[in-house]
Amino acid sequence: MRKEIRFTLNEKAVTLEVEGDRRLLWVLRTDLGLTGAKYGCGEGRCGACTVLVDDAAVRSCTYSIARAAGRHVTTIEGLATDGELHPVQSAFVAEGAVQCGFCTPGLILSAVSLLRRRPHPTEEEVRQGLDQNLCRCGAHLRIVRAVQAAGEEMARHAEGGTGR
Amino acid sequence: MKEESFLALDFHDLEVSFPVTRRDFLRFAGGGIFVFVSFGELPFGQGQRGVGQELPADFNAFLRIGADGRVACFTGKIEMGQGIVTSLAQMLAEELALPLDSVDMVMGDTDLCPWDMGTFGSMSTRFFGPPLRQAAAEARAVLIELAAAALARAPQELVAAAGAVHVAGAPEERVTYAALAAGQRIARRVDGRVPLAAPSSFTVIGAPALRADAAAKVTGQALYAADIRLPGMLYARLLRPPAHGAELEAVDTAAAKAISGVTVVEEGELVAALAPDPETAERALERIVARWSTPAPGLTDATIFAHLAENAPPGEVADEAGDLAAGAALAALTVERRYENAYVAHAALEPHAALARVEDGAVTIWASTQAPFRLRAEAAEVLGLAEERVRVVAPFVGGGFGGKTHNSQAIEAVRLARVAGRPVQVAWTREEEFFLDTFRPAALVDIRAGVTAEGRISFWDYSVLGAGERGSRQFYAIPHHRTLIRGEGWRGASRLHPFATGAWRAPANNTNTFGRESHIDELAAAARIDPLEFRRRNLEDARMRRVLDAAATAFGAPFAPAPSGRGFGIACGIDAGTYVTLMAAVDVERETGEVRVRRVVCAQDMGLVINPAGARMQVEGCITMGLGYALSEEVRFASGRILDRNFDTYRLPRISEVPALETVLIEAGDQPPQGGGEPAIVGMGAVIANAVFDATGARLLRLPMTPERVRAAMT
Repeated sequence: MRKEIRFTLNEKAVTLEVEGDRRLLWVLRTDLGLTGAKYGCGEGRCGACTVLVDDAAVRSCTYSIARAAGRHVTTIEGLATDGELHPVQSAFVAEGAVQCGFCTPGLILSAVSLLRRRPHPTEEEVRQGLDQNLCRCGAHLRIVRAVQAAGEEMARHAEGGTGR
Repeated sequence: MKEESFLALDFHDLEVSFPVTRRDFLRFAGGGIFVFVSFGELPFGQGQRGVGQELPADFNAFLRIGADGRVACFTGKIEMGQGIVTSLAQMLAEELALPLDSVDMVMGDTDLCPWDMGTFGSMSTRFFGPPLRQAAAEARAVLIELAAAALARAPQELVAAAGAVHVAGAPEERVTYAALAAGQRIARRVDGRVPLAAPSSFTVIGAPALRADAAAKVTGQALYAADIRLPGMLYARLLRPPAHGAELEAVDTAAAKAISGVTVVEEGELVAALAPDPETAERALERIVARWSTPAPGLTDATIFAHLAENAPPGEVADEAGDLAAGAALAALTVERRYENAYVAHAALEPHAALARVEDGAVTIWASTQAPFRLRAEAAEVLGLAEERVRVVAPFVGGGFGGKTHNSQAIEAVRLARVAGRPVQVAWTREEEFFLDTFRPAALVDIRAGVTAEGRISFWDYSVLGAGERGSRQFYAIPHHRTLIRGEGWRGASRLHPFATGAWRAPANNTNTFGRESHIDELAAAARIDPLEFRRRNLEDARMRRVLDAAATAFGAPFAPAPSGRGFGIACGIDAGTYVTLMAAVDVERETGEVRVRRVVCAQDMGLVINPAGARMQVEGCITMGLGYALSEEVRFASGRILDRNFDTYRLPRISEVPALETVLIEAGDQPPQGGGEPAIVGMGAVIANAVFDATGARLLRLPMTPERVRAAMT
């Protein structure tokens, strides 16, 4: 049944008239034209579709649009602010943690969520925290390094009072 | 895009519908200096489209220096993560004395780029790189000629630097490339007479460069085939058989058609539900009721190896020397083994996708493909159109590994778009991806070899079945040897294999190197010589010795005759002209049989390294991906049904499982560049099998080395 669903998407209010059981991934990609979240497996097993709902990394391929009502949804398109890359994005570039790039948006958003929970993760915590995100090109170690580097960078900014 | 061809050099009246391309494209509009490059294979019997009278037809890439001073390279190669969008640009920047960010790569668009055979086989840098550098050197020579006229100087007084030509010793007396190219319309082709920049003067080649596409990829701006949107497009979901070999006996689409907005297409075996969004299409597909024939009980992943052995064709000798019987007579000990590897999937994170638009007899296809020109030919044939009517655009490709040289998703999209009269997207689900993939073939390697009392290999009788030839030739100093290739390998395979097989990152070489390097260790262990010393004693090839020594130095820990209990392994290999040695350290959990790889060291001689940062990423990618086929990846099947359909049972290497990695790139700048995207993966099966043997004394003869198999081998 179609119903009106309101939520915040990348800091902007959105009102949709959709079937509530539709998946967030397809609403984003098809209705809203935001294709940064990727379809990789459709069962929440690869992480390519990951977006943030409030601060939590969720698998948008299994997340119904109805559950997003009243929440803040952040996709990869909304992570950079005022044209400035988020520290996790910058670190992925600097560490060479990107190859084909298909897993990248989901990994970055998973990492942002992880760093919000654990600002100074150990290497092991990063590895465990991102273990449900698949990367086929094999950028794994660089991804871990990028997330740790981003954590340090964010901590420096936070100490300087300009944290995000 | 209409009739106009990419060779209408002023580009003004081109109509490009894809906005990103259009914007990029308009930057290249205007005149300029063009240099045409030929390399490798050219399209046989078909001229380049729209060839003008004054331009050559036999080329497969070109450069353009525009009035904006930027250099654009037009090539049918595609970027799928391997990094040539950066490394090819580095070669151009070097020869043209330009900053790297002044180079634009225009790739994989059949209307903008000249014909190309496809992107595979680690060939872009090896075979395309040298002529591309030559073209850039040629362009630099043209610029210097023009500058000589503009500055009223002799060419030999002039130097190219930072996008301008200036008088040597008088940098202020200069003219920019932009000024030189403005209003020009000069076409040259490479004749090889202009000297290349000397390696000692390199500033861009050999300097690590960040990926040119990274910013687009971390912001979600990079578009992949499934991200392309056109007004009025429909999303398709296709009816698939439950098993290979099942035939459609009856189909009822009434319930699907009853859903508002849904169109059902039935064209022979092609049955699809089309809808304005993918979920509605999926819902409609679920309501299509189909009856399929049940294929006769057939092969399974457990019976496949016996089947291969029983159906083995006699084979062809790929390499031989000496006399096997004479070599056997010299042997103090002989070891005979059979090595096996399972089918594995490409499992790129991006499933195959395509969007097709068929309009007024002209077709545009955006596809995740490694071979846009091959797809263009296939689509033209299916539609009965001339190739000129078909344009294929390969946007960013989300991983290929050989799997995207097959483009059936795009042909499906074209057929559906023709019937629907609207653009149609076909994006395979992960389950379809596992069902329709062209797997790396299951294969067998049989080796019988002997060692003299002095620890030298006296004979080597080798046969590989079902995988193919690449990497099968041994490179040790063995006086009596023979290498036999049986079966069609990964290319054809329909007679030996129950479903399609195809090229998988370093095709055949993973299988061959697993067999060869496992057996070298078996011989070393039988002779009670440590595997490093044994290889040194039997290797004369100076390049491989150097790579082996470099790996040993980086690895640090000494080897001992296996099994030493420490879990150290070695494997050597040659692929795409590159020499590789891997060394690994593993732990084996005795109760569970689980193998934990602690550390992998890779030493690699790939000749001149264009982008060391990119090369290291490829080595790390190879090692990480290779952990999968070594330890966990295996496609299970029964009577045509594919039992692994998603990442729950088909286990890719995870972030928590990756060992410490060290890469040593051998200085070999005086040698031509060799392949980088595949070589380091070929030894991953053997290096871990050898390390497991060193840890436990158990020899794993089949890949993947699952905990069950390791446990079984230990008892």
